Amino acid sequence: MSDLTSAGAAVGGAPVGGDGPTTEATTGGDGKERSASLWADARRQLVRDPVFVIAALYILVVGSMAAFPKLWTSQDPRACSTDRSRIGPSWEHPFGFDLLGCDYYAHAIYGARPSMVIAVMATSAIVIVGGLLGLLAGYYGGWVDTIISRVMDIFFSLPFLLGAIVFLTVIKRQNIWTITMVLFLLAWPTIARIIRGSVISSKDLDYVHAAKAVGARNSRLMFRHVLPNAIAPMLVYATIVLGSFVAAEATLTFLGVGLQPPAQSWGIMISAHQVYFLEDPWLLLFPCGLLIGTVLSFILMGDALRDALDPKFR
Amino acid sequence: MGRYVIRRLLQFIPTVLGTMFLLHYITSLAIQFSGNPVRAMFGDRTPSPAQLQALTERLGYGDPCLSRKGDPCLWRVAADGNGWLGTSLEPGLFFDRLGNIFFRFDFGINLRQREVTDLVADAIPFTLKLLVIAIIFEAVVGIAAGVLAGLRGGSFLDYMVKISTVFIISVPIFVLGVVVREFVGVKFGNVLRGQDWVPDLISAGIFTPGFKADYPFASLIIPGMVLGAVSLATTARLTRTSIMENIRADYVRTAKAKGLTNKRVIGVHTLRNSLIPVITFLGVDIGAAMAGAVVTETIFNVPGIGRLVTFSARSGESSVVVGVVTMLVLVVLIANLLVDLLYAVLDPRIRYE
Amino acid sequence: MSTDVNVKLDALPGLDPNALPLEVKNLQVEFRTRNGIAHAVNGVSFDVRAGETRAILGESGCGKSVTAQAIMGILDSPPGFITGGEILYRGVDLLKLPEAQRRKVRANRIAMIFQDALSALNPVFTVGFQLAELFRKHRGMSRQDAKARAVELLDLVKIPAAKQRVNDYPHQFSGGMRQRVMIAMALALDPEVLIADEPTTALDVTVQAQIMALLAELQQERNMALVLITHDMGVVADVADRISVMYAGRVIEEAGVNDIYASPAHPYTKGLLESIPRLDLKGQELSAIKGLPPALTNIPPGCAFNPRCRYAQDVCRQNPGPPLYQVTPSRTSACHFWREVKGDE
Repeated sequence: MSDLTSAGAAVGGAPVGGDGPTTEATTGGDGKERSASLWADARRQLVRDPVFVIAALYILVVGSMAAFPKLWTSQDPRACSTDRSRIGPSWEHPFGFDLLGCDYYAHAIYGARPSMVIAVMATSAIVIVGGLLGLLAGYYGGWVDTIISRVMDIFFSLPFLLGAIVFLTVIKRQNIWTITMVLFLLAWPTIARIIRGSVISSKDLDYVHAAKAVGARNSRLMFRHVLPNAIAPMLVYATIVLGSFVAAEATLTFLGVGLQPPAQSWGIMISAHQVYFLEDPWLLLFPCGLLIGTVLSFILMGDALRDALDPKFR
Repeated sequence: MGRYVIRRLLQFIPTVLGTMFLLHYITSLAIQFSGNPVRAMFGDRTPSPAQLQALTERLGYGDPCLSRKGDPCLWRVAADGNGWLGTSLEPGLFFDRLGNIFFRFDFGINLRQREVTDLVADAIPFTLKLLVIAIIFEAVVGIAAGVLAGLRGGSFLDYMVKISTVFIISVPIFVLGVVVREFVGVKFGNVLRGQDWVPDLISAGIFTPGFKADYPFASLIIPGMVLGAVSLATTARLTRTSIMENIRADYVRTAKAKGLTNKRVIGVHTLRNSLIPVITFLGVDIGAAMAGAVVTETIFNVPGIGRLVTFSARSGESSVVVGVVTMLVLVVLIANLLVDLLYAVLDPRIRYE
Repeated sequence: MSTDVNVKLDALPGLDPNALPLEVKNLQVEFRTRNGIAHAVNGVSFDVRAGETRAILGESGCGKSVTAQAIMGILDSPPGFITGGEILYRGVDLLKLPEAQRRKVRANRIAMIFQDALSALNPVFTVGFQLAELFRKHRGMSRQDAKARAVELLDLVKIPAAKQRVNDYPHQFSGGMRQRVMIAMALALDPEVLIADEPTTALDVTVQAQIMALLAELQQERNMALVLITHDMGVVADVADRISVMYAGRVIEEAGVNDIYASPAHPYTKGLLESIPRLDLKGQELSAIKGLPPALTNIPPGCAFNPRCRYAQDVCRQNPGPPLYQVTPSRTSACHFWREVKGDE
């Protein structure tokens, strides 16, 4: 509990209180380390962690591919000619040509965008909506909690992939927006549950009671004293979920209920060339590598964040 | 225990109804906004008006509420003006569907008028076999790896387990499936099939790029392992963390102070507590594995429920998709209920709450 | 498991029935952590006779629980390592015994009670199972006989309706009752030495007194040596015969209970005594020891107490720290100025 308390105090910007001077007096060299706030500490640990730094750089690269594909290639991924079909990698065309004779490297660059856009939009949506509902359920309890929790149970009972297939099949429009929508619908309860649990456990902390006793309003209590404690686990989960959304988009596309050609996406690249794996392995290697690298980077970043933010792992 | 079970059952009912309503509402909305799906189901072929009419009626798509955008189709105006409880309303399409599902075990039909229940009955033996292989594989290997890593935290083995599990989790299951099918099934399988001394069961049965009716069990082993791989990694990580938490627990120290052998301290006092979350995870994972079977069965061409769902989804037969998924969701919900009850059996602290 | 029963404790090499049941000599324990080496125990020595209560007194983090765990051989290793010293049971150095024999000494000869019985008892087994386990694994008894002995034990520690409660789980007992179960578990195999690590800290004051009375009664019945680890001066005054005061991993004063209360010979002990609220001094300001104990990774040179000590002079800040001065034939103090400290009274 004391960990949560100190995290909350640090996030809320409140001074660390009475033990500041004593720490200095007794522990000399160690004092600086200990009085630093949780977030500053976490940041320092993260920039020193090579795994986190490499993963973050990789995400930066993929992110820039998604945002500014022209930065990475001058080729048009739709300039195709069937007589170049499945020509291997060369100096001018580092990834070779695909089945239809389009430049594979350009396709891979442009293919980053839909995955990243879907993942970022869906994650923002679940953080905002799931976070808010979790906060309300945890903070007010009672019938508010009962209703929100039951609704969460309902969405939980749909296995992710099956739910996505049903929704996308009946909606019949498979584009970036509907996929984002479906991922959001099926994933928000997890984050709501995390926040709810965290809020319930921090609601009873002494400093929250103290704030209540001096007459703080509900909204102030929620956003200033209770929510900051929930941010660390939410951040960790959100980072990991970015990775699973990238994977989910590719999976749905592979199954034929996600993006449809001629859109560019890694999932389409993989599913279109799966049977050529043994003859021309690079046709699968490049998109699979990019996809796995992205998912892996998000997961590793999430793991590193959790280790840095959880005082237990120090 | 009794009160816990009752409370859990009471929560179960609204969840089932809510999930059914969600699926019902999504389908209704789709029809309300994009029109009768029955015509689309036939694709390029033109159905006779009688055929179209029959199918529409049979699927309940003729209900007038489906032409009002946004109508949840809960109630309809009673034909004779005397509805329930003195109002003029009577239970509508949603309740008709619930009635079909729970009292007539009717989950709809496909466009050739075959019952979804029949389609599922044909497909389910394959999926069940696949699930059993996957769950056994992930439980045995996952728990073993997790225990070994957890007991020797920080060792080389621990490091290996940590790295390999993160990697497995990061590989989307369809990528893993395609790679395994091509490498193990096709390439390595071809090598085996070229050797005379390798029995057919292994060369043509186990190492095959897809399901073979001649080897209904052997040819499912590799797809099952692919299906179990992702959860295997999660199982191993969960076991590892759980063991590491428990190994430092006070009661483990007590067990040591009691002069018990190391084997008993670990095998009885540590493991029993550590495996509670793992076992509940494995139970809940049945649902996830069913969803994962959609991918695995599609890749390895297993004629199970998953492939049924994908093929129906690709051909736009939404009635089949909704019917099958409804059935699977009921199975998942029941599985979750059983897991919760199992949890109470395993952990006495819950039992006597 | 049956091989367990066959390890004969009487055959321990060098076992001397006339030697003290427990004698700790110059014990050293360190924890190797990411932030450096923490010297948790730096040369602790004490002994305890049959039927006697030895209190080990000190603030949290002074190394007293680590000492207890080292004696039991249940130190988490890594990060904890015993780097020197001897732990003698009837003249046998336990640190040199092979693990199988060491294990037999636990519970059979030296047993331990933990501070928080709720977390020290396994939540998923009944208390009956956890008690019977001792008889089954150490004495080779059948399940049924062992269960019967478990009921007897619960009776012994005065748990009402022992026959029914033996099938209950730890969380179904109240705090005091749980601590009684812990005591029953420690006494199951008739040990000669009982180490009680803060046995009453987690309990209400009234329950504390009951538990201490029960412990004293059982100790007398069995002529057991008791090592009582505590930070509570009140508990010590009631039950201890001799006291070792620990500070930063060292014993800094050792004396009989009356001597210490009458005239402490170390400034730290003196500070502790002065910080107890007393009815006869009502109205006067309570004096507290200023500052905090040092981090064990960073113990100051010389006497570890010097930064907080009002007697401290330059000699106290120089290595090596003060030796153990012989105050009287039966008491020692690790303070250069023990005469001044003692004479002040």
